Amino acid sequence: MSMHEGIVPEEHEAGTYDIVSAVRNYLIGFVLAAALTVGSFWVASSTGLVYQPGIPMALAAFAIAQMGVHLAFFLHITTGPDNINNVLALAFGVLIVGIVIVGSLWIMYHLNANMGVPGELMDLHMQP
Amino acid sequence: MTVQSQVVGDDLLLHDLEEEAHHDDGSMTTLGFWIYLMSDCILFSAIFATFAVLHNNTAGGPDAKSLFSLPYAAVETGCLLLSSLTYGMAMLAMQRDAKAQVVRWLGVTLLLGAGFMTLEIHEFMDLIAQGAGPDRSAFLSSFFTLVGTHGLHVLSGMVWMVVLITHVLRRGLTPENRTRLMCLSLFWHFLDIVWIGVFTLVYLSGVAA
Repeated sequence: MSMHEGIVPEEHEAGTYDIVSAVRNYLIGFVLAAALTVGSFWVASSTGLVYQPGIPMALAAFAIAQMGVHLAFFLHITTGPDNINNVLALAFGVLIVGIVIVGSLWIMYHLNANMGVPGELMDLHMQP
Repeated sequence: MTVQSQVVGDDLLLHDLEEEAHHDDGSMTTLGFWIYLMSDCILFSAIFATFAVLHNNTAGGPDAKSLFSLPYAAVETGCLLLSSLTYGMAMLAMQRDAKAQVVRWLGVTLLLGAGFMTLEIHEFMDLIAQGAGPDRSAFLSSFFTLVGTHGLHVLSGMVWMVVLITHVLRRGLTPENRTRLMCLSLFWHFLDIVWIGVFTLVYLSGVAA
């Protein structure tokens, strides 16, 4: 019961809850997500406007912010007590995803570095 | 036997039998589906990691910068983002018990999903025609795996949506159908979140690098 209501509030109050504010909530989420998307495409396509080495960080920041907007406004994940199981599952998922991605990149980067072969040769070596 | 009838008797005292006999209220189904989505997330993280490791191994072939066009990726992104909004509208219509509107919004969502898939298949055919298929380099193998897996998810979501539209048209907004619509909603929004990772890592980082 509580879980279902946690994801979509006002589920069982058809007719009494405020439809205007529910629609507005989705529209706010949509506008925020669209703005973040436009921002990240702008950062990637503009040359010289953004400090070049900072571009990957900026893209990552836009992506993480947009994922947060989607979780909050479209998936209705909140920190409320009704949502505790969903949030725990999400947190565990994020932990594993982080370990897999960061761990893979870290290990592969160091494997390449420890081969003692110049970068270009290593790139050739890694190719099929 | 006696224990069972005792339990049923207790249930009769506590709840309406009509409600209780067939199913729960869907909350456990929704939580279970959410846990499935988290495991799907882990599947995606493995192929994201593969792409991140292999994206420079072009075997002398074309790289991301020469293959991908940002406006094309932007239109694909727009289709998916808009379809997330229209699915949200379908869920709001469901809460108002407006069956015709649920079907209409699901139809719009389906069309946007189809638009996305058309663009993606066209992009894949175009790449293969230029000799940049999955067999060209490790970079392209991992690209086709990552984007293709996401595309297959979108396609299954669309099949599911067609089935649910049929269910809603035939049986109306029954509690079972509401739970199903809720699960597909989670699935569809989840795919949009995965796409944020795809366009950031594959298209934007590839072209900006």
